[in-house]
Amino acid sequence: MSELAAAAPVAAPAEPRRLTAAQRWRRRYGLATLGGAIIVLWIIVAIAAPLLAPYPPDLVDVTRRLKPPSSEYWFGTDMLGRDVFSRLLFGARVSLFAGIVVVILGAAFGTLLGGIAAYAGHRAEEALMRFTDLMLCFPPIILAMAIAAAMGIGTLNTMAAMLVVWWPKFARLARSLVLVQRGQEYVEAAHVIGYGPGRVLLKHILPNSIGPLIVLVTLDVGHAIIVFAGLSFLGLGVVPPTPEWGAMVSENRQLVEQWWGATFPGLAILSVVMGFNFLGDGIRDWLDPRARRR
Amino acid sequence: MLRYLTSRTLATIVMALLSTLIVFLIASLVPGDPVLAQLGDLAASNPEIVKAYRAKWGLDLPLYEQYWIFLKNLANGDLGISISTQRPVLADIRQFAPATVELGTIAFILSMAIGIPLGVAAAVGRDSWIDHWARFVSLIGVSSPVFWLAFIMLTIFYGWLQIMPGPGRIDPIELPPPTVTGSFLVDSALAGKWELLHTVAAHLVLPSIVLCAATLGLITRTTRASMLETLGQDYVRVARAKGLRERAVIVAHALPNALIPVVTLAGLAYANLLTGTVMTETIFSWPGLGLYTFRAALALDIPSIMGMTLVFAVVYLLINWLVDMSYAVLDPRVLKR
Repeated sequence: MSELAAAAPVAAPAEPRRLTAAQRWRRRYGLATLGGAIIVLWIIVAIAAPLLAPYPPDLVDVTRRLKPPSSEYWFGTDMLGRDVFSRLLFGARVSLFAGIVVVILGAAFGTLLGGIAAYAGHRAEEALMRFTDLMLCFPPIILAMAIAAAMGIGTLNTMAAMLVVWWPKFARLARSLVLVQRGQEYVEAAHVIGYGPGRVLLKHILPNSIGPLIVLVTLDVGHAIIVFAGLSFLGLGVVPPTPEWGAMVSENRQLVEQWWGATFPGLAILSVVMGFNFLGDGIRDWLDPRARRR
Repeated sequence: MLRYLTSRTLATIVMALLSTLIVFLIASLVPGDPVLAQLGDLAASNPEIVKAYRAKWGLDLPLYEQYWIFLKNLANGDLGISISTQRPVLADIRQFAPATVELGTIAFILSMAIGIPLGVAAAVGRDSWIDHWARFVSLIGVSSPVFWLAFIMLTIFYGWLQIMPGPGRIDPIELPPPTVTGSFLVDSALAGKWELLHTVAAHLVLPSIVLCAATLGLITRTTRASMLETLGQDYVRVARAKGLRERAVIVAHALPNALIPVVTLAGLAYANLLTGTVMTETIFSWPGLGLYTFRAALALDIPSIMGMTLVFAVVYLLINWLVDMSYAVLDPRVLKR
């Protein structure tokens, strides 16, 4: 998901239709609830992975290599005889952690920068926003790839590389949100009372413009998980044998007959990304009824 | 008009120049030593070899001098020499670019040719089966990781059903067509090699589907949303009230207006397709700029990475510039600001 999709106009005229209360509820909150449920489920899995996993994720046993899915090995085993299901559960820890942390840190930094730029105005705004535009003209994967390669692989290094390319879109959004609020009367009132700019920005303007930011953050976590998994897939993410979904797809992608090794981790990514997309769309519809999807 | 044009053009050029500085700073400041990556452990342990190597590639100069040299060379169309292929980066780019342009263009055509009709059909038949189906397709397209989609496609159509060729632009036993445009499709047609044309087209199918998936989802969604909004406008109601056939209302009245946001999105989509081929090319062994960049990143080949990032940034800026220009044509109000 990108900010393009988030900004796409989805307005449509209402056609009067009679719905039952349950249908109305489903229309209003169904998608967000489904998305939220998927995410909560994966977070529980990530936390409880050691309890849920039937085997240790790194247990190599060549006598049971490439076993198809069965009641014993739910998602089969890979080339080294490791249990795919167990690795997948542990993989949730890395992927969710990386995606969520990168987006939250990126959003915090971007919002701060964009907010300060819009609030300060004049030269500072011009300079900060041109810098943001500059960072936005690089394809994120390419830049993250170059940085990750130069820093050396590892979960934290790759996350740091992603962070470098992740904040600009939040800076841009935050600036536009603060610009809208800056002229409002309550901001003026806060100034008149004598509050400092930091307090006005954080305590007054931010709470009033948090909605669209939350939507973008939610939609973006899915995107970050895909990018992180992609870098891992390319060998620029986690250090083997760390179980991570992108790396698992990469380890097993040469196996055509033994399709399970790469298929299930991919489905895991797909489901969690869908979860964040549903939740993000749901929150957007909820915050902005005009844009509600019918 | 002229003022808007020149100011946008100047801004684009300045941004392109600044982007070289960003790339240069990142490439130079992050830890990680290209010498070690290039020479290997044995040679890197010999200080004499390391010193000679650094001197040869100008790595022993202060940063600002390295950057100045880079800019001076750039002015002469010289992007430096790739450390890993030992050839001028520009020559490498010239060699690898056609494959990417061909793949990206086909993927772009595919996403437009499917996405726009699908979005229109979804909007017209809201809540019908086609709407649900379109939503499903765009959801899968937007949510699935490219590398996984590629694996699934290759496994099913190449591995199991064997109705599609494997990775690469052509089969390994075949020779590429004589180079005229660099596009294998056009070149093999020009040479009159129809069987080769068939092979080339078949090799393009899976990678272009995989590459266009996310864009297709975005185009479908945007078209649907924009079409829904347009269908609710007064002039559409007027057209219907006049007794026009529904087909004429949709195609002649609603569609042209609904397409304006799609056209502006299309520019960005094309830029993203051309610069976002790394995954697809790596998996399909597609000899394009994405695969080249990936290899350069793994080898810490800084001249190549800088050259590529610059090329990608310039492509992106150029297409954005074109989009800005098209705004001025599509919406004359832009010029009055």
